[in-house]
Amino acid sequence: MADVRKKVIAIIAEQLAKPEDSISESSHFVDDLGADSLDTVEIIMAIEEAFSLEIPESEQEKIRTVGDAIAYIEKHAKA
Amino acid sequence: MTRTVQRRRVVITGMGSVNPCGLTVPETWNNLLAGKSGISTIDRFDVTDFACKIAGQVKGFNPDLFIDKKEQKKMDIFIHYALGAAHEAWVDAGFDKVELSKAEREVFGTYIGSGIGGLSTIWDEANGYRGPRRTSPFFIPSLIVNLASGQASIKYGLQGPNSAVATACATGAHAIGDAARLIAFGYADRMMAGGSDSVINQLGVGGFAAMRALSTRNDEPERASRPFDVDRDGFVMAEGAGIVILEEYELAKARGAKIYAEVAGYGMSGDANHITTPAPEGEGGQRVMRAALKDADIAPEQVGYVNMHGTSTPVGDKLECMAIRKVFGDHANRIKVSSSKSMHGHLLGAAGGLETIITAMAVKTGKIPPTINVDNQDPECDIDVTANAAGAFDAEYAMNNGFGFGGTNGCLVLRKV
Repeated sequence: MADVRKKVIAIIAEQLAKPEDSISESSHFVDDLGADSLDTVEIIMAIEEAFSLEIPESEQEKIRTVGDAIAYIEKHAKA
Repeated sequence: MTRTVQRRRVVITGMGSVNPCGLTVPETWNNLLAGKSGISTIDRFDVTDFACKIAGQVKGFNPDLFIDKKEQKKMDIFIHYALGAAHEAWVDAGFDKVELSKAEREVFGTYIGSGIGGLSTIWDEANGYRGPRRTSPFFIPSLIVNLASGQASIKYGLQGPNSAVATACATGAHAIGDAARLIAFGYADRMMAGGSDSVINQLGVGGFAAMRALSTRNDEPERASRPFDVDRDGFVMAEGAGIVILEEYELAKARGAKIYAEVAGYGMSGDANHITTPAPEGEGGQRVMRAALKDADIAPEQVGYVNMHGTSTPVGDKLECMAIRKVFGDHANRIKVSSSKSMHGHLLGAAGGLETIITAMAVKTGKIPPTINVDNQDPECDIDVTANAAGAFDAEYAMNNGFGFGGTNGCLVLRKV
């Protein structure tokens, strides 16, 4: 599962143009990483794409931190 | 209750441009006076199947100098160019060294138009379309016409009027004229105004070529834009931005700002004729020049130089020259005109921005950039077009014309201060 963590951090680093080492599981997209609501939508889209997922909108709203995203992926991604 | 509206004087105190002849105003001005063309073969996409293979491309522009990396991908290239030009104008006006108060920011606005907006973004998004769940949330804000103004207002904290105009190739002239009026009549004290466009892609080039509007002199790119020459065969599309800082005169004077010129008059008119063909005797052009002269409250004889719309199309140039003859009468035998589009090409919505800057430089320095490639001047364009070598004039006023598809016209009269 270290792979998921690494991949998610890489995606967020790319979307927000931040160094990977500035991002941890506890990082909040908005409060810690400076994302706005549109950035957050784009991060979710990139995660859906990378992990072949379709995250329902009601679930998307609950993904606020890097850790939230990793947990969702680990629970729902196809093995 | 009665209200007396006092008209205030408006001056240009900062200028910035990104265009095929330069990445700054001084570089551009020097290249134009030297008669250097910025036109070349298109290298943005494969032009094999295109009738037109040439354009005025901006070369060497680095958005990293002006825009945070994370923000760049949320903006079409026309916004990149606008922010590059805006930065130069902002610094040129000295606002990088001044801390504007909240009250001052509330009457400092943005009015940067675009003829087309983010066509490259539309092209890319449509080509890579993978369904509604894969459409970027930044797609719309990166392409809509008013986002050059929106992004500039955010970047510089300008909280006054935030608007944009989209009147095809008259956009830049209209944006500056409209913004100057906002200041003249007290709705703002300062405005960042101009135009930006970049559509050198398959749709942009193919679309204008389908109208037979573009030159196909593909084997001689630098000689393709040849306004007023008998062998002209259409305009050469270009890209870039031209943006000025407009300021109420007393405020500019009080802070010791450098003043390029005063926006003394502004006219608008409609052809009401055809979507792309000007009225048969250039009546729209005549009306717009007369309106600008009237607004400036001057006689035609007081104008020494006209930066023509002069796109190098067979009909457009002829009718604009006819309009000059009608408006200026006998003075048309003495007035000097030129089309800098012969060098930088046609920047569409940015043309009026860049050409207002060129006209302001002409007023300030008395120098006139030439019309290059005039090998055989068309007898139907029989005015002094400053052919092939820079010229000079000695007059208080100069004029800048911008005419757009849809029969929309703008004209600015600039005054030496």
